[in-house]
Amino acid sequence: MKVLVPVKRVIDYNVKVRVKADGTGVDLANVKMSMNPFDEIAVEEAIRLKEAGKADEVIAVSIGVKQAQETLRTALAMGADRAILVVAADSVDQDIEPLAVAKILAKIVEEEQPGLVLCGKQAIDNDMNATGQMLSALLGWSQATFASEVDIDGDSAVVTREVDGGLQTIKVATPTIISVDLRLNEPRYASLPNIMKAKKKPLDEKTAADYGVDVTPRLEVVKTSEPSERAAGIMVGSVDELVEKLKEAGAV
Amino acid sequence: MAVLLLAEVNNGELAMDATAKAVTAAKALGDVTVLAAGASAAAAGDAAAKIDGVAKVLVAEDASLGHRLAEPTAALIVSLAGDYSHIVAPATTDAKNVMPRVAALLDVMVMSDVTAVVDADTFERPIYAGNAIQTVKSSDATKVITFRTSTFDAAGEGGSASVETVGAADNPGLSEWVEDKVAESDRPELTSAGIVVSGGRGVGSEEDFKIIEALADKLGAAVGASRAAVDSGYAPNDWQVGQTGKVVAPELYIAAGISGAIQHLAGMKDSKIIVAINKDEEAPIFQVADFGLVADLFEAVPALTEKLG
Ligand SMILES: Cc1cc2nc3c(=O)[nH]c(=O)nc-3n(C[C@H](O)[C@H](O)[C@H](O)COP(=O)(O)OP(=O)(O)OC[C@H]3O[C@@H](n4cnc5c(N)ncnc54)[C@H](O)[C@@H]3O)c2cc1C
Ligand SMILES: Nc1ncnc2c1ncn2[C@@H]1O[C@H](COP(=O)(O)O)[C@@H](O)[C@H]1O
Repeated sequence: MKVLVPVKRVIDYNVKVRVKADGTGVDLANVKMSMNPFDEIAVEEAIRLKEAGKADEVIAVSIGVKQAQETLRTALAMGADRAILVVAADSVDQDIEPLAVAKILAKIVEEEQPGLVLCGKQAIDNDMNATGQMLSALLGWSQATFASEVDIDGDSAVVTREVDGGLQTIKVATPTIISVDLRLNEPRYASLPNIMKAKKKPLDEKTAADYGVDVTPRLEVVKTSEPSERAAGIMVGSVDELVEKLKEAGAV
Repeated sequence: MAVLLLAEVNNGELAMDATAKAVTAAKALGDVTVLAAGASAAAAGDAAAKIDGVAKVLVAEDASLGHRLAEPTAALIVSLAGDYSHIVAPATTDAKNVMPRVAALLDVMVMSDVTAVVDADTFERPIYAGNAIQTVKSSDATKVITFRTSTFDAAGEGGSASVETVGAADNPGLSEWVEDKVAESDRPELTSAGIVVSGGRGVGSEEDFKIIEALADKLGAAVGASRAAVDSGYAPNDWQVGQTGKVVAPELYIAAGISGAIQHLAGMKDSKIIVAINKDEEAPIFQVADFGLVADLFEAVPALTEKLG
């Protein structure tokens, strides 16, 4: 079974995001970019499936700017076998919407015929939480989102999902799409020798046009603004003072 | 304009708070039809009919809809979609599972976690863990939206909408429910509680989380946790507050032993009053706190429990 892992290049989760003064977006020039943290978890899970003999090839895919090559090299260094870069944007300010990403991924799935797509639950830049579900819809496949435990067994998968009420376990027919949540595993770091080896692994470069997918956004970004600031608070010196302040504020 | 709103139904019961908050957001867009779907959903439909601003309720009952599996629920919504300009839901994990699937089947984008309605095509939503607010204008024929419930007040009760039944769509039969692990609790629900007491890695163990729970119980509050506390096994996953957990905006949020990473702030910084208890005076949580106390939580939290109420 082949496993396809879509990985997105996003702003590093430790970077403090700044909204551009003219309201046209956030400042992505010269900031550290990394693989979306959820996608690291997806890559890790795919590699573990391979190590367990349940998958024979792990293919990482990224859609966006040319620089997403680096993200794919990270996936290769972690242990993916090969990578596909789909260049669909020429500016880092241009985000490809989940619907367009899902359409491109659907074409790649047609070509590669994986038994499983493992994606992140959410990209930490647009916070949309949509691509896996959309891809599943386009393919007419089953979906198992927000996975914290995955057990693949031939033509089905048992997946435990993190939901508002606690945990839900479902059994889905394969091929399937699983979106991974934070507690599925702890991704490994790529070792230096593996980083070197990754440079020689195949990385195919394509464009959105190669797949005949129109990536024109459906959502026009009218403006991007700062969230409202909280008024400065005060420090209290003791629990008694805290209780007093809370009573004054009518909070308790 | 006509809006189809997917009600939050759990085991046949309407989740009133989440649904009523989404109704408030949806009312601004047009006449609201609520869809109550489940293995049993009639009671939920009747409850939804009483929400102010609901024009009509559709009840769909079928075994396949029992556990809100994405495939049959999305198929049902798509079968009804033709009549509506907007298809919306509260931004719960159930709806986030289903709505993007609906959107893709309709060949439209989804807008997740919308926090404000500007006009029928234009919406605000937070991005980058709430560090920026994006205003987006949709050019799609049908707008598919989940509303972040913490930013809308619940619609009142007092309506008397008509209730109709509709049939389920064909179940594609791709997935089946195995089990739910739901922690029963007498505490208020995290996303609708007036007070939330949260603990972080600083609490140190599952055992010691009891002191957080004791304070919560004294205040009639819900209990929350940081990701680190959940990852470490001190607290269950459904307590996680943050960018990728639950978003809360209670009257009072008390954070103990939580550093205040942006991913945590994303889930609580719209709370009315924030109290932070941390032994590190440099902890970023103090930047959003109305009242900050530099203290050892093992002393401060029990003392607070004793002195309150
Ligand atoms: C993709 C992604 C998504 C994430 N989503 C979320 C999310 O939804 N929610 C979330 O919370 N985090 C999330 N995180 C994690 C986030 O980045 C932080 O790692 C996490 O919030 C830290 O939790 P913490 O504050 O409990 O732990 P720490 O940062 O370790 O802080 C512990 C704090 O406790 C204090 N402390 C220790 N002992 C005591 C004591 N005895 N008395 C008082 N204070 C004490 C310390 O001074 C410290 O400030 C996410 C991260 C990523 C990468
Ligand atoms: N441009 C992209 N390239 C590759 N994978 C993506 C891209 N956008 C989204 N994904 C995948 O879809 C997941 C969810 O993203 P989103 O729906 O944008 O929140 C991510 O964690 C990735 O696995």
